[in-house]
Amino acid sequence: MVAAAEAALSNPGFLRYTWVIALLPLVSATLILFFGKRTPGKGPIYGILALAAGFVMSVAVLWHFVTGGAPYSSSVTWFEVGTFRLELGQYVDGLTAVMVTMVTAISLCIHVYSIGYMQGDKRYTWFFVVLSLFTGAMLNVVVTDNLFQLLVGWEIMGICSYLLIGHWWEEHANSSAAIKAFITTKTGDIPFLFGIFTLVFATGFATTNIQQIGEMASRGEVSTVLLTAGALLLFGGSIGKSAQFPLHVWLPDAMAGPTPVSAQIHAATMVAAGVYLVARTFSVFVHANPIALHVVAAIGGVTLVIAALLALVQDDIKKVLAYSTISQLAYMMAALGLGEAGYAAGMFHLFTHAFFKALLFLAAGSVIHAVHSNNMSEMGGLRKPMPRTFWTYLIGSLALAGVPPLSGFFSKDELIHAAYKAHDYPIMITLLAGAVITAFYTTRMVMLTFFGDYRGHGHPHESPAVMTGPLAALAGATVVVGFLGFAPTKAPFLDWVFFEHPEAAEVSVLVVGLSILVAGTGILVAYALYRRYRERDPLTALGPVYSLLEHKYYLDDIYWKGIVLPIRDKASAFANWTSQVILDGVVNGAARVARALSGLVNGFDRNVLDGAVNGVAQTAGFTGGLLRYIQSGNVQRYAAFLFTGVVILAIVFTRF
Amino acid sequence: MIRLPLALFFSAVLFSSGVYGVLARRNAVMVLMSIELMLNAVNVNLIAFSQRLHDVTGQVFALFVIAVAAAEVGIGLAIVILIYRNRETINVDEVNLLKW
Repeated sequence: MVAAAEAALSNPGFLRYTWVIALLPLVSATLILFFGKRTPGKGPIYGILALAAGFVMSVAVLWHFVTGGAPYSSSVTWFEVGTFRLELGQYVDGLTAVMVTMVTAISLCIHVYSIGYMQGDKRYTWFFVVLSLFTGAMLNVVVTDNLFQLLVGWEIMGICSYLLIGHWWEEHANSSAAIKAFITTKTGDIPFLFGIFTLVFATGFATTNIQQIGEMASRGEVSTVLLTAGALLLFGGSIGKSAQFPLHVWLPDAMAGPTPVSAQIHAATMVAAGVYLVARTFSVFVHANPIALHVVAAIGGVTLVIAALLALVQDDIKKVLAYSTISQLAYMMAALGLGEAGYAAGMFHLFTHAFFKALLFLAAGSVIHAVHSNNMSEMGGLRKPMPRTFWTYLIGSLALAGVPPLSGFFSKDELIHAAYKAHDYPIMITLLAGAVITAFYTTRMVMLTFFGDYRGHGHPHESPAVMTGPLAALAGATVVVGFLGFAPTKAPFLDWVFFEHPEAAEVSVLVVGLSILVAGTGILVAYALYRRYRERDPLTALGPVYSLLEHKYYLDDIYWKGIVLPIRDKASAFANWTSQVILDGVVNGAARVARALSGLVNGFDRNVLDGAVNGVAQTAGFTGGLLRYIQSGNVQRYAAFLFTGVVILAIVFTRF
Repeated sequence: MIRLPLALFFSAVLFSSGVYGVLARRNAVMVLMSIELMLNAVNVNLIAFSQRLHDVTGQVFALFVIAVAAAEVGIGLAIVILIYRNRETINVDEVNLLKW
């Protein structure tokens, strides 16, 4: 509450309107949906305008924090259920500002790029509808101040990813990938939902507001057990969305979608949301039992290495990038798992990674657009026909590999430094090992794609300006944003994004030296191995390890044989048996009992009730049958009765 | 001056023959006529008592009965004519529609 009072004191200025940034893409999605096809250019213009406006506003919001402003929060009541109130709100702090800037900037580039990439597509306009909606949902997750609104955005992202991955659903593999992505992330969403319930329950249904929950947690008003359970359940959602082990399997398959979608999912939205969720609810994690953060760190560490190793053996250029994304997200998770020490570093890596990964995907898309294949075995030598793509791709790759002075180097250095400072050496070693592998597979990818001789078909050509423009913009950003975390310039990023109190920027020569050393090692080894193209990948020399990696640790097989098939065959057979034998038995039994009962009732009805009714009727009929002979229709007989009556009455009246 | 019992006896015979006619005759016209007999038997009674009791009310009643009887015969004969037109008979045994 103190924070809220402070926020009220300092002039929030433009921050009041942060929610508009999240609303704009939703509006543009609606506009494209209804007017897109009638608009010149078939619709993307709405999304681009909305995101451009959103980006300008985001910069204004960020400026507030650059000049040392305070966080701002406001909300309106959505609806009330008894005493429980759901709100629509915004919470804007440095992290929010950085995220909205990053998301709008990257999504804007992706929108522009998609105009070129998706040109001539059957569902061109629809693509932009979903793309805009996707961005809007992500921004909603970023600006919201409460868990329920976050859940809404989170689930909209889920459905958008499904729609976009399956954009070319005519091919069965694509629609399967979409379903896989949806179901796998949904597997994480269920714990996430229960995590929200747990946290709201833990506050005694007082609030869903993330900041208030955090404050209650820090004051120790919430039971630690519930807090820990809530944190772990929320992290389940993160594992699904951010594709962490063991739910990472959907992300490589999600490459079935159009490449801009991959960029969108991997950089601006979706996977970033999982990491962001942990950061946003970080006080829950920090004040829970330490085991919560240990789990985050452990999952991050495991995912980091296994995903990076998988990236080594991929032939599909997008799959290399996909595994690299998983691995880089795991870096962030591992950093967050360090606790407060890794918070800013993790977020910084999220920020820089978004730029260079979007760049890599879009550039890879440009390559794929040119050679009509995803396979690096059919590329090579593209450096000459596609210079702009090559240079931007190279910048992105070097950033990914952690080469100074590109952004990836700074953020990765900070991650390692955070682990070093926290004296968490297992994590630090994992991060360093990951860095070697990252540098290695990045170099391999660049060598196979752009160097050597062209091995594909046709004549690749440079992509149009509408595609290379965004590449240049992102390449520029990749170079620049790293300096936000550059310690000698006081690392302004650390002043914007922090947990509870800002950290001082520090440089450790040891860490810098180590990270340059590992990146250099990886690059040089890979360069030596892949300098000359070989039919057989040199890594096949690893023998069984290679085949293990090639089969993705058999995880897909395990899931398929261990989960999907049992559910599909055994469980459905069991369900069938259950329904045939037990349920039907119950139903039939019930039916038989009902029949017996109704037989009884029937007998009673027919014999007793009907008997009574019929008896009455028969009696009446019998009597009537007798009486009807009186009513003969013979007037004279009537008259005779009449006279008889008169005589009887006369006798009665005179005698009695 | 006719003695009362004589008048009453005559009235009773007249009424009884009327009843017999109504109950026994087949011809509808004869039945109507028998009804007239019964009505007139009543008239005789009324007049006789009026004489005896020196009260003119009985005679007034008798006049009403004659008027009603005239109307009754008018309607009765009209009905008989209609029955005859429809069924070519005025035998009351055959006109037994007034039943279940």
